[in-house]
Amino acid sequence: MARDQITMQGASPDPALSGIIKLAIMAVGGQGGGVLTGWIEACARAAGYAVQATSVAGVAQRTGATIYYIEMAPEAARPPVFSLMPAAGDVDILIAAELMEAGRAILRGFVTPDRTTLIASTHRALAVSEKMVPGDGIARADEVLAAADIAARRLIAIDLDRIAVEEGTVISASLLGALAASGALPFPREAFEAAIRATGRGAGASLSAFARAHEAATTAPAPAPEPAARQTPDAWRAPSALAARLAGLPEPARDLAAAGLRAVLDFQDLAYGRDYLDRLAAIAARDSAANGHVFTREAAKYLARAMVYDDVIRVADLKTRATRLTRIRAEMAPPDGAALRLTDFLHPRAEELVSLLPARLGARIERSPRAMRLIDRLFNRGRRLRTDRLWPFLQLYLLAGLRRWRRGMLRHQVEMAHLEDWLGQALAGIDRDYPFAVELLKNRRLIKGYSDTYARGHSKFDRVREGARLVAGRPDAADWVRRLREAALQDEAGKALDGALATIRGFTGPASP
Amino acid sequence: MAERSFAEEVRKLRLGAGESFTGEGILAITKALLENGVGYVGGYQGAPISHLMDVLSDAEDILADLGVRFEANASEAAATAMLAASVHYPIRGAVTYKGPVGVNVASDALANLASSGVTGGALIIVGEDYGEGSSIMQERSHAFAMKSQVWLLDPRPNLPSIVKAVGQGFALSEATNTPVMLMVRIRSCHVTGTFTAADNRPPPLTVKDALSNPRSDYSRVVLPPMSYVQEQDKIRNRWPRAQDHIVRHGLNERFGPTDGQIGIVLQGGMYNGVIRALQRLGLADIYGDTQVSLYVMNVTYPIATAEFLDFARGKDALLVVEEGQPDFIEQALGAILYKEGAGPSLHGKDMLPMAGEYTGQVLLEGVEAFLRKAAPAMLPAQVRAPNSAAPALPDLAKTVPIRPPGFCTGCPERPIFAALKLVEQQSGKHQIAADIGCHLFASLPPFEIGGATMGYGLGPASNGAFDGGGERRPIAIIGDGGFWHNGLSTSFGNAVYNRSDGVIVVVDNHYSAATGGQDVMSSRTANRSKSTGHPIAAAVKGIGVTWVRQIDRTYDVPKLRAVLQEALTTSHEGPKVIVASSECMLNRQRRERPLAAKAIAAGRRVEKPRFGIDEDICTGDHACIRLSGCPSLSLKRLDDPLRDDPVAHIDQSCVGCGNCGEVADAAILCPSFYRADVVHNPGPWERFAARVRATIISWLQTRRDRRRAAKGELA
Repeated sequence: MARDQITMQGASPDPALSGIIKLAIMAVGGQGGGVLTGWIEACARAAGYAVQATSVAGVAQRTGATIYYIEMAPEAARPPVFSLMPAAGDVDILIAAELMEAGRAILRGFVTPDRTTLIASTHRALAVSEKMVPGDGIARADEVLAAADIAARRLIAIDLDRIAVEEGTVISASLLGALAASGALPFPREAFEAAIRATGRGAGASLSAFARAHEAATTAPAPAPEPAARQTPDAWRAPSALAARLAGLPEPARDLAAAGLRAVLDFQDLAYGRDYLDRLAAIAARDSAANGHVFTREAAKYLARAMVYDDVIRVADLKTRATRLTRIRAEMAPPDGAALRLTDFLHPRAEELVSLLPARLGARIERSPRAMRLIDRLFNRGRRLRTDRLWPFLQLYLLAGLRRWRRGMLRHQVEMAHLEDWLGQALAGIDRDYPFAVELLKNRRLIKGYSDTYARGHSKFDRVREGARLVAGRPDAADWVRRLREAALQDEAGKALDGALATIRGFTGPASP
Repeated sequence: MAERSFAEEVRKLRLGAGESFTGEGILAITKALLENGVGYVGGYQGAPISHLMDVLSDAEDILADLGVRFEANASEAAATAMLAASVHYPIRGAVTYKGPVGVNVASDALANLASSGVTGGALIIVGEDYGEGSSIMQERSHAFAMKSQVWLLDPRPNLPSIVKAVGQGFALSEATNTPVMLMVRIRSCHVTGTFTAADNRPPPLTVKDALSNPRSDYSRVVLPPMSYVQEQDKIRNRWPRAQDHIVRHGLNERFGPTDGQIGIVLQGGMYNGVIRALQRLGLADIYGDTQVSLYVMNVTYPIATAEFLDFARGKDALLVVEEGQPDFIEQALGAILYKEGAGPSLHGKDMLPMAGEYTGQVLLEGVEAFLRKAAPAMLPAQVRAPNSAAPALPDLAKTVPIRPPGFCTGCPERPIFAALKLVEQQSGKHQIAADIGCHLFASLPPFEIGGATMGYGLGPASNGAFDGGGERRPIAIIGDGGFWHNGLSTSFGNAVYNRSDGVIVVVDNHYSAATGGQDVMSSRTANRSKSTGHPIAAAVKGIGVTWVRQIDRTYDVPKLRAVLQEALTTSHEGPKVIVASSECMLNRQRRERPLAAKAIAAGRRVEKPRFGIDEDICTGDHACIRLSGCPSLSLKRLDDPLRDDPVAHIDQSCVGCGNCGEVADAAILCPSFYRADVVHNPGPWERFAARVRATIISWLQTRRDRRRAAKGELA
């Protein structure tokens, strides 16, 4: 070919390359990317294409991000020269076996508007960095989908993992179905199915997943921005004795108050629900419509959470409910005729046992390290309860039955004291700095978990409160409290929180006594 | 039992002359070895050539038929030492391992082998683990070829070229009495393609025959004064013979116009990438026909000086495409041109990066930069002045999380590190050294255990400076792979002799798991041709360790924690060794899952455990995940407006290893975990008992539910 010819053809981006189809698969190790690669290869070869596939084996595939790459061109007298890895701006079909892997593909430039068909499964396999955060570290799926919309020439985004799981197979089959449906490869549907069939074992499940994914990809509407859309709240109506009082709350707080009331009733009894509504009504009276009743709304949520604390009775109650068994059966899906055995892992310590005692007695014992050590020696050990059996079930059932004495117990007193303290402090400043008061209320989010986790939550809560005291009165106080809380939720030890506190101390000067 | 079975594929190794072979690079290399009359093969597994060892292992019957000996060597050093068989006997031998780390380990044997020289062809297939997907430090094997005067082949990455290089390597080795390294890059090992097969050739002289007629010749022994003679032989005879052989047999290749004003000099392994760059610049077609002259060095050491000068003659500018650092080839070519007097201007690392993989984008930019400078007229108008700007895409750099490799679902190593983390939570941070293997993933979040790795089998040795002890004992981790590779003598012998006060945890998962689940000496499964079942605990006791604890179920976190604590506090003198054993879950699942499915189908009673989390009890602190990182233990957003944070959730990929329950218990985390055992085909009594229990439990539940205040009224 002479040079001037080339120059003339220079109008289209890659004149000499029109014959090569480039397909990259970005997956998480263990997803079966190799199987998918094999199917596509077999399919292309059967259709008379010269094809080359590459992959990287080894530890990179142990649950890490990994790439498979395929190039193909119609068979000719001479073999084409294929590349061994995808290049930015030079990929025709990008299959992402997980949503963040689609994001990674876009980030690396493998998805471009001029050429790339992006087939992405919208499900998430969370990375460790997202999961280990004490708060909410889950990456923003909507950002990736929005970018995919711009970056891809064509986008097929469906939850292909769910299809595979429902059909009892792995995602490679449903990805192939979506690929076949996309029409991005010049092979008929039957060719793809033949490739699956040739694998033999397990082909049945793979073919059903293939078919469902094909169907879904053919009819798929534009992807919803948040794949896991909220279900409509099921209809629940407050007991008639309380319904009117619920309706009396300011409108913005009402839906959360209903959810809160339900949780509080579920936790204890009608009187406890009344107590909740009393407190909420008192809060609403101090709040104002001018502020949109934000404080009351947040109070409806966090007051309920403070009142529904995680004590032994609650755990025993939740573990012995019929709804729990229904949920477990749905999740484990035992086939007909199979039996289901349940083992629960409980590890009560002296603290938990003493917290069940009448408040005054419990407090006295708790003050004696010797008594606590003794109780620990007697009771502190891991217990595995076969809760599908009668006796272990009864143990928990009876424990849950202690509920009627709950309000006299040490734990209840401790929780209520903390509640008063927290709520009182938030409420105290409501007229001075409304947003600040709301943030103080929201700090309740930091208190969660059991045993050490619970203690750590309290310690973080206290440190954030200490920081809040330092910034109180500043115009940006509310913002600082929010930042402190978010920092506290970033890591277990509270390193980010310490950093944020140091910053605050830096500009507020030495802490006043 | 290796992770991947090639039992099906190895049948292709029996293909005869003229038949078409389609498959992966590693399989093609094996076929080429058989076609070239190899007499013995061996090596040590490691990505990217692990599967080559697996293929050889699965092909043992075919090898035996041909009279070829297969040795699964203890290390790369052992593999290279085995090539000694080719020193005196005219037998072709081939070994394989990864580079450059395997070559590091092998370098002692390699240097001796090179000095002695070989009679039979000696080929080392090096899987160069460089670039994306690599699991090791980024270096080059090239330096070893230079320092030991071993020839280095780097063929174009397609099956016919790689297969041809095997034959060329043997011939070059024999013609020059020098071992030859055949380098295949990370993606070439698994590249698929087609080549035309030849008949397999049994070795003219087998290793068995050689044993009947032993030979020796002290001039080949590396001892003075022979070693001085050997050095001179390398330089005066073998080197020029190699250069001559390379040129005469056309080992290097030239493409494109013969009279071009510019040219590109490239490693064979870079060929496809360079062609793709030229294709994208409109200067080559899909078959590789290019308008730029290419000198493809399928032999990257030694450089065929005359051939290169012939290529350079009359050119204005050259671009050297040489991946990795330092730029050995570019420096050598520069020196050749300089000594030759005036010549073309030489470019390379000024237009391409000195370090890092030469990806498609890097090569495109480098080649384009070279052409812009040296021959702008060659570039099509579109490239010279692109008329459309690239579209702006949202930046996802902050959104997309990194996803490094980690422990698999159900991995038996996870509870070991959970226990260690719990120990550290109690008694503070310790000096912890790691080794090579899956356990190194513990150095990443969520465990962050292990501060450094110094090499395979060297973990405990790398704590040597701390052997004297102190306030808190140093801890070293080593896997069973590392233990047998090098650890027993280098790390354990070292610790015993120096009276180390440290604690050593041997992570024994029954296989060399990180490299693909190959058997090791302590594997518990029976191996058809290798001797397994040699316990690690017995080995360390044998060399003088007196404090040894064997744990046969690593999932027992409280027990592990107690043993670790004991090791850290005991007054015992000398190294404290804990052997923590449980089978690699990948291997176990592969073995047990089909059996369980068969048993269920046959109506036999089978229990299948899986863990779950009570979502209303979980408070969303994720402390459990910080002690696990299991892929099946993830998060889930609840449809509850009162909740801010997602709760933990276990998906259907859980294999019920037990770690979650153990950790929840040992760390006193929270009561949300439960284990559900689905009992397939329960017996009649079991069914009856379950029915009775369910009835009573259900009655109790209904009784209590009736009194719940939250029932409200149904809408």
